Amino acid sequence: MRLAVLIFLVLGFGLLRLPLETGLEKAHQAAFFRTAKLDLSLRERIGQSNFIAALSGFRAPIADILWIQAHTAWEKTEYGVMARIFDNVTSLQPRNFYFWDNAAWHMAWNGSVFAFENPKQPRLAIRTKEQREFFDLGEDFLIRGIRNNPDSYQLRQTYALFLEQKRHDECGASEQYRLGMRLPGAPPYMERAVAIHLARCPGSEKVAYDQLRNLWLRSPEERKPTVITLIKALEKQLDIPEEQRIYKSDR
Amino acid sequence: MSTTPIKKRPFFSPARVWAIAGNTLTELVRLKVFYFLLLFALVIIGSSLFMIQFTFQQEFQVLKDASLGAMTIFTSLLAILATANLLPKDIEDRTLYTILAKPVPRFEYLVGKLLGVFLLLLISVVCMTVVFVIVLWLRQTTVLAQVQAEFSASPEDLAVKVREVRAAGLVPAIFQGVALIYLKACLLASLTLLVSTFATSAIFTTIVAVVVYFIGHLQSTAREYWLAGGNAGWATRVFTALISLIFPDLQLFNLVDDIVAGNAVVLSLFLKTCGLGCLYIIFYTLAAQFIFVKKEL
Repeated sequence: MRLAVLIFLVLGFGLLRLPLETGLEKAHQAAFFRTAKLDLSLRERIGQSNFIAALSGFRAPIADILWIQAHTAWEKTEYGVMARIFDNVTSLQPRNFYFWDNAAWHMAWNGSVFAFENPKQPRLAIRTKEQREFFDLGEDFLIRGIRNNPDSYQLRQTYALFLEQKRHDECGASEQYRLGMRLPGAPPYMERAVAIHLARCPGSEKVAYDQLRNLWLRSPEERKPTVITLIKALEKQLDIPEEQRIYKSDR
Repeated sequence: MSTTPIKKRPFFSPARVWAIAGNTLTELVRLKVFYFLLLFALVIIGSSLFMIQFTFQQEFQVLKDASLGAMTIFTSLLAILATANLLPKDIEDRTLYTILAKPVPRFEYLVGKLLGVFLLLLISVVCMTVVFVIVLWLRQTTVLAQVQAEFSASPEDLAVKVREVRAAGLVPAIFQGVALIYLKACLLASLTLLVSTFATSAIFTTIVAVVVYFIGHLQSTAREYWLAGGNAGWATRVFTALISLIFPDLQLFNLVDDIVAGNAVVLSLFLKTCGLGCLYIIFYTLAAQFIFVKKEL
């Protein structure tokens, strides 16, 4: 009889705590906790035992083990295997910027170079195509990483580097630095990078000059060699009146 | 003829509860449960040495994940196994009858026993945290010295790098994670105590508690499915509703994975999570008393 009453009590307590649990879960997710989606496709990819462990509260250690497996695959230059493992790792730990950052780095930098210099592939067109595919894989990791970690300046910085070095998109790189420079913990050089890349973005020279000038005037710390070189070049290119120039021309 | 005045027994005596708790702790310590700390230290030091070849972010992260993961396993197992044996052992040793023959209410006995387990868990968690913090701090200090030597030429880069090392290393949010691991273990202990009040053996209690542990981590998925409705049949809806209402949501206390990843827990959110944990513990203890008070011993 007492057990029957206990069952009712447990069910009643369940109803009482239901709104509390739902509310707290929403609050956790709003604070970027528990954002990992542990669905059946992940179970197929990481295996039954890993999936059960991940569900039982050991998501992070499982992600680490997989990451070490990816490192082993890297030593064997198995970039396809690495891409698959990185996908699983980032599904398990979407709030870890380091995984996204390194996955993108391996794909867009290491993997792309490996594909382009593949001695087993004599045709340049195929090597170039495979290189582009690795660029796309790297960019995809960065975009998804930023979506999951909108507060990470590191991912914006890597994306800017990717756009600059792999897509030769200086305007895009400047935009990524601009988006990243106000994020928590962003280093001061990110603001400088906004202006430096903008100076190389066609049509934005005037805006870039104003930003570089402001930086130059703000503090002697900002007067780095690149800043000085760009200011001099832009003053000449934009034909800034002599009296307004920081660096007078040698006429 | 003289009459001795009847001494009024207090309804609840913290001193009696404390005495039972102290005794329970001593009994548990005599079982040499702290040997697992050696294993824990091996896990931490081993993972730290193994990861030295990687970057400092990776090294610190694996160290933190392995330590906090091991902490979760050890505390959860300890909570379940230590509590599952409490009542059967006292019945077997006949200690229970000696205690209850004295003016000790059954509720005080239960609370005292549970408090003893909580103390054991607290000592374990503190010891594990100390080992973990020492290893992490030592590695962090070494990496910081390397960074300072490497970037001494550029103060701006040095400042950024030092900040990165500190952010990847020992951050205060880790202690919030540890507190939640402890709270989850206490919740499991109180739930195991509830099961043991109507269980027929310690093995049954342990199995049920382990099953609850696993299902508790899936409860939020079942709840989400139940509340979303959708095209599920009535049988599925009843099943998911029962899982949602009967089992605790243990994923709510699993914030440590994201804390290691760099997420900070806002104090209000942390307190709300702790509040819900305490609510669970109070309910399970009261429910255990409800069964135990009329249990034939």
